[in-house]
Amino acid sequence: MNTSSVILDQVTKSFSGHDVIKGVSLEVKKGELVVFVGPSGCGKSTLLRLIAGLETPSSGRIDIAGENVTYAHPSKRGVAMVFQSYALYPHMTVEDNIGFALRIKGMPRVEIKLKVRAVAETLQLGHLLHRLPKALSGGQRQRVAIGRAMVREPDVFLFDEPLSNLDASLRGQMRVEIAGLHARLGATSVYVTHDQVEAMTLADKIVVLNGGRIEQAGPPMELYRRPANLFVATFIGSPGMNILPATLAGAERDQVTVTTAQGPISLPRVNANIVTGAEVSLGLRPESLSLTTAGKGQLSGYVNLIERLGGETFAYIALKGFEAPPIIVRLDGDVELRVHDEVHLAIDGQRAHLFGADGLALGHVPDTKERG
Amino acid sequence: MSGASIYASRRAGSLYIAPFAIGFLLFTAFPFIASFILSLTDARLQDQLGDAHFIGWSNYAGMWSDATFRKSLGVTFFYVFVTVPLKLAFALLIAVVLNFKLRGIGLFRTAFYLPSILGGSVAIAVVWRFVFAGDGLVNQFLHGAGIGGVNWLGEPSTAMFSIILLRLWQFGSAMVVFLAGLKAIPEDLYEAADIDGASRLRQFWMITLPLLTPVLFFNFIMQIVQAFQEFNGPYIITGGGPMKSTYLLPLMIYEEAFKYFNLGYSSALSWVLFVIIALFTALAFWSQRFWVFYAQERSDKGGH
Repeated sequence: MNTSSVILDQVTKSFSGHDVIKGVSLEVKKGELVVFVGPSGCGKSTLLRLIAGLETPSSGRIDIAGENVTYAHPSKRGVAMVFQSYALYPHMTVEDNIGFALRIKGMPRVEIKLKVRAVAETLQLGHLLHRLPKALSGGQRQRVAIGRAMVREPDVFLFDEPLSNLDASLRGQMRVEIAGLHARLGATSVYVTHDQVEAMTLADKIVVLNGGRIEQAGPPMELYRRPANLFVATFIGSPGMNILPATLAGAERDQVTVTTAQGPISLPRVNANIVTGAEVSLGLRPESLSLTTAGKGQLSGYVNLIERLGGETFAYIALKGFEAPPIIVRLDGDVELRVHDEVHLAIDGQRAHLFGADGLALGHVPDTKERG
Repeated sequence: MSGASIYASRRAGSLYIAPFAIGFLLFTAFPFIASFILSLTDARLQDQLGDAHFIGWSNYAGMWSDATFRKSLGVTFFYVFVTVPLKLAFALLIAVVLNFKLRGIGLFRTAFYLPSILGGSVAIAVVWRFVFAGDGLVNQFLHGAGIGGVNWLGEPSTAMFSIILLRLWQFGSAMVVFLAGLKAIPEDLYEAADIDGASRLRQFWMITLPLLTPVLFFNFIMQIVQAFQEFNGPYIITGGGPMKSTYLLPLMIYEEAFKYFNLGYSSALSWVLFVIIALFTALAFWSQRFWVFYAQERSDKGGH
């Protein structure tokens, strides 16, 4: 039994001479929920449309469920798609919308009715079957769109930014529903979003795309903890990673020292390809910084702004001697801190990141088991 | 200048609407009422209006015994019932074809719309007469192909055919409206249908046509009204003949007034035509609940 559901092999796509996808290879395992994430124009939607068959690759090969479908018609690929706009047929009732594909297949009416009802129950649409899309709320339309995909029992579900048309609270709710649905059905899914929170919370595997290439692919926490490059480091995580300019001062067996505007900082690190004097970027997540007393921390500065969210507080701190924008530090909800206070910060070296001038991560922390 | 003062000056406001108001009263409302009053008299074009006598509904009552009117009415209905569906179907077909995403499609759209700019004019009707004349283009072409000439304008059936063809040839304006309607249908509906396995033909019947019904309805009304009022074709090409076979009601109205000078009777005929058009329009509006689908604007956030 094949455990791969979707395989992309060196897939490229250009539109009138402009390369949108520049050689993407990727494997989606059966039952996995893979999220394509990236800034707008990174090619994530195009990649999804290539899998759906709505676009044809310029080169490369696409396999779905063990069959080469590179040039197959969209309906012959065993995929179902949930569109950003939902793409509901406005003149058909919820029942007819969900049953459309089955009707096209020529399934007997009675059978269609049963299947549509079963799906509608799963999605709590049972009482809305005779309504037209215009009489539904955004969340309900979204569920109809998902139901239309579910009823076909496809090998692969494709989601194209399905939540971006919903308001914030509904988006959070639908995100949980989709996660629950995926857990129940165990259906292979490819999900496109520009929202890294959606990516982190939903994905078994995140594929970060940028400029038509894969920057990094892996489980959410892997990308969060061990970003392969500066792009992934700053894209994943909210609030984003703080980046400070630094210079490499020296390296020992399991430790690297960098010089910053506030003096030297030593970080545990192995396998780093070090050129002394090279410009590097020091990456610090808001939660890998903590308050400490004078003389103990590696960094100090003044509080610029305090955002209290209740359970946690984000402090924006202007570091002494740095021209970089204020860094963000995550603190306790009721930490005693005021604007203009002088603060001293300790760095959790295990969770600090170093990136070379080319943006690639430099080495990794010594004990990989402890990195989490 | 405060926002309210522009509404305060009644004189300035009246001045702005004056061109329309005067035009409407003079060229629409007055003839409308005058023709109705005339239709109740025996007014003759060559006589003083004061000589006319009020004769009540006699003009209307007389129509039912007028064989020419009955013939004209039949011809008019035939013409409308044949040209409207054919023209709508033809315009829709061309619109669908011109909606394909092809290189240089803009050029084709322009080329196909051009005939409509010329279409309704007298000049093109004159051209039509030459095309279908005994020694016209069509017959010359048929001769070349070894087929004997057809007396296009001399036979009742082919004369009707030639003026029907003139109407179909003016599909451009309906086509442009259809094209705009087609463009308004979101592309992702077709993509969803593609993934669901619906063929192009089924997509047309199950998605395009239902979503196009508001546009179809609009075009239907416009075409019904225009077809009932067709004048140029029969007047210039066939003169209503042969044997009144293309004697459409507007031509009869014209001839009754300006050839036979029966101003009263002609006015009555034009009111009958008006009532017929109004009835068909009302019928169409009433029927739309059964076949016209209006997609309401999406009211919630987002969408496109």
